[in-house]
Amino acid sequence: MVSGRGVDEGVFFLFWQGILDDQFTQLQMLQDESTPDFLEEVVTLFFDDSVKLLENLSESLKADPLDYKVVDGHVHQFKGSSSSIGAQRVMQVCITFRHCCDNKDKQGCLDHLAKAKEEFNIVRSKLGKMLKLEKKIVDLGGVLPFMDC
Amino acid sequence: MEACNCVEPQWPPDDLLMRYQYISDFFIALAYFSIPLELIYFVKKSSIFPYRWVLVQFGAFIVLCGATHLISLWTFSSHSRTVAVVLTTAKVLTAVVSCATALMLVHIIPDLLSVKTRELFLKKKAAELDREMGLIRTQEETGRHVRMLTHEIRSTLDRHTILNTTLIELGKTLSLEECTLWMPTADGQELELKNALRADPLHVTVSIHHPTIKQVFSSPRAVIISPNSPVCVTRIRLGKYMTGDVVAVRVPLLDQFTNFHFSDWPDRKTRPYALMVLMLPADSARRWHVHELELVEVVADQVAVALSHASILEESTRARDLLMEQNVALEHARQEAETAIRARNDFLAVMNHEMRTPMHAIIALSSLLQETELSPEQRSMVETVLKSSNLLATLINDVLDLSRLEDGSLELDIRQFNLPDVFKEVLNLVKPIASVKRLQVNLTMGPDVPDTAVGDDKRLLQTALNVVGNAVKFTKEGIVNVFVGLERPEYPRDPRQPDFRPTPGDQHFYVRVQVRDTGLGLNPQDIPMLFNKFVQADSTTTRNYGGTGLGLAICKRFVNLMDGHIWIESEGVGKGSIVTFVVKLNVPEPPSHHSIQIAPSSQSSGSGCRDFSGVRVLVTDDNGVNRMVTRGLLIRLGCEVTLASSGRECLQMLSQRSQAFTVLLLDVCMPDMDGYEVAIQINQRLGRRERPLLVALTANTDRQTHEKCLRLGMDGVITKPISLEKMRMVLTELLERGSISEVTQRL
Repeated sequence: MVSGRGVDEGVFFLFWQGILDDQFTQLQMLQDESTPDFLEEVVTLFFDDSVKLLENLSESLKADPLDYKVVDGHVHQFKGSSSSIGAQRVMQVCITFRHCCDNKDKQGCLDHLAKAKEEFNIVRSKLGKMLKLEKKIVDLGGVLPFMDC
Repeated sequence: MEACNCVEPQWPPDDLLMRYQYISDFFIALAYFSIPLELIYFVKKSSIFPYRWVLVQFGAFIVLCGATHLISLWTFSSHSRTVAVVLTTAKVLTAVVSCATALMLVHIIPDLLSVKTRELFLKKKAAELDREMGLIRTQEETGRHVRMLTHEIRSTLDRHTILNTTLIELGKTLSLEECTLWMPTADGQELELKNALRADPLHVTVSIHHPTIKQVFSSPRAVIISPNSPVCVTRIRLGKYMTGDVVAVRVPLLDQFTNFHFSDWPDRKTRPYALMVLMLPADSARRWHVHELELVEVVADQVAVALSHASILEESTRARDLLMEQNVALEHARQEAETAIRARNDFLAVMNHEMRTPMHAIIALSSLLQETELSPEQRSMVETVLKSSNLLATLINDVLDLSRLEDGSLELDIRQFNLPDVFKEVLNLVKPIASVKRLQVNLTMGPDVPDTAVGDDKRLLQTALNVVGNAVKFTKEGIVNVFVGLERPEYPRDPRQPDFRPTPGDQHFYVRVQVRDTGLGLNPQDIPMLFNKFVQADSTTTRNYGGTGLGLAICKRFVNLMDGHIWIESEGVGKGSIVTFVVKLNVPEPPSHHSIQIAPSSQSSGSGCRDFSGVRVLVTDDNGVNRMVTRGLLIRLGCEVTLASSGRECLQMLSQRSQAFTVLLLDVCMPDMDGYEVAIQINQRLGRRERPLLVALTANTDRQTHEKCLRLGMDGVITKPISLEKMRMVLTELLERGSISEVTQRL
């Protein structure tokens, strides 16, 4: 079994598209025989957390009067978790989202919320599918092509 | 009377009359006997005489008549009864035969007469045939003339010879008074007399719209025209203006005044024709015969063909001459260019050496100077000198490289090398600058990138370094991601050059390298120009960022040398850019397995031989995902991890636990009680010796955050997101030195 830094093929394509970045590689590296489900757990947690976060965000943006600090707080959280996972595009959206909060730009915030949801859905669907597939392969006794580099 | 049985003649025998009768009879008999003889004689002579039977009959008749007359000779004197009987018999027979002959003749004579008629008829026929023979011979003669004429015409490709020969031969063949050829003028509105048999072409022109000419042009046949028409020009002879019959025929010309357009045969009206006019001598009574007209038409066609051949030949000769001229000029230019290149190369070679030597001296000595004792002013001056000279040295190298690349004299140094190492090296070279700018630079290698490849690694390094360096240079904040992988057909192509489709083979493969940054970005319109020498995206770039603008040009040439392609995409200014290049590398020979296996282990062994087992870490972060990730990292390193989800919980745990934690990782941005608060609290409660090492986790990269952390008594700051390596290094330093150095903090 080869351990060490490596990226498996399916996910690699997501790198090319800019959906995931290097941080995800880090996470993959942390998974080994002793923690075979690490990646799955983290990713699932991220998905669940983010869904809740996005709900909270929508709610906070509907409030009248709008409290930008609250919104900013949520976005900060989202940014944090997405950067830990390595969901690069989501994180980028969060960064610019925060600028809108700083400028107290309501329309901008709403647009960014939509974008954030979109990007998150992309990550969720693609990464989710990829991981499910890989799990299947492993369950059937196959080996995922990891390689040292 | 006596009973002598004699027959007495009527008249006495001595009578004169009797004598005359006697002689006449004798002669008649003679004649009668000789006629058949003659007949037989002559008939025997001639071979054909169809009426032998008639002849026999006739002969018999005559013979009998003669016999009768002969026998009647005896009857002039007294003769016996026998004689009388014989005579009578003869007469009777004669009568019979002559009647038969008479009857026969009724049949025969019309036949004989008709023979004569037939003879006359045959004579007439013979005369006719003779005439016709004469005609045919004339025609054959004409045909011979035509063939000869054609031969003459076709044996030359010179236009004038063709025309003159035609006229001469036609004149000879048909015994013409005059034969002229009229060609259309440049504007196509008039016919000009160009060639004539006897007359001198005296710039006579006739309008093309003259009815006679229209009539001639509208028919492919030779047309007899009136001698009064304006085309009937002859050598003016005193007192003689009339000519005999005149015939004119059109000669189709190829479109000589424009280029050959075979595809658009215009309608007949617009095709240019020439006119040939033939005049018979006035003093002969000759008229134009049909066969002569046919001859004229045939000749006209032949002339047309010959003229067209001549035209084509002229054109191609002209074209060939032009080409030869151009060839000579090109050859000349080539030689000049070669001379220029040689001169330039010589110059560069010399200057290269001459320029580099002093350059090296400056750089070396400035570096040495740096090592000595200097006042701050002096030091900054020396640094500037060093920086400038390094820049200059790079410039010199770049220019030299580029000029060598341009004329193809640069060759790649092919050898076997470790492919991943190249990119790691690039990253190492770039990391210092990146960390100063607080940029994140990530390298991701694909799963199927081979460890060894055959190619020019130095130039590959140079290219990658240039690209990554640009990304770092033009990015103020954010991330630079470098991806390296084996090229796949499904990867997106260059939108500006979708034809570039590299296909791997047995001996070679293609590597794709992509560098994404969150930097300045580019206006898509500027992108094509970037690979040109000395061009940067806009003039302010040079001012603000320096550089010569040669880098990408050189990269492109290196990439092309490696049978690859490089391209840039950007969504716009401020939206970052993506530089992708694909290069061809060769498959290494089946290697000994040692070299491969050594390389990868360097990653995992590295500096982290340190075993972190037993190190107890408390992670405080309000974000669940972050907590999990950090925990995973630490577990990987072998630490014991406890999690707290808020500042209060953290403080609680600290006070509760019997065994202290070695390290505390605190997220600074937490609601309620943030990391700073926690640090302050801890510092208040516990002394320096007792407390665990405090490390702040923050996504901020600016100075103020750093300073604040340190002021508040933190032992270090780590920027998120954290990589395994980062964590490892931080922990190592912490545990060894008790604090984290600046450099480590900036990772």
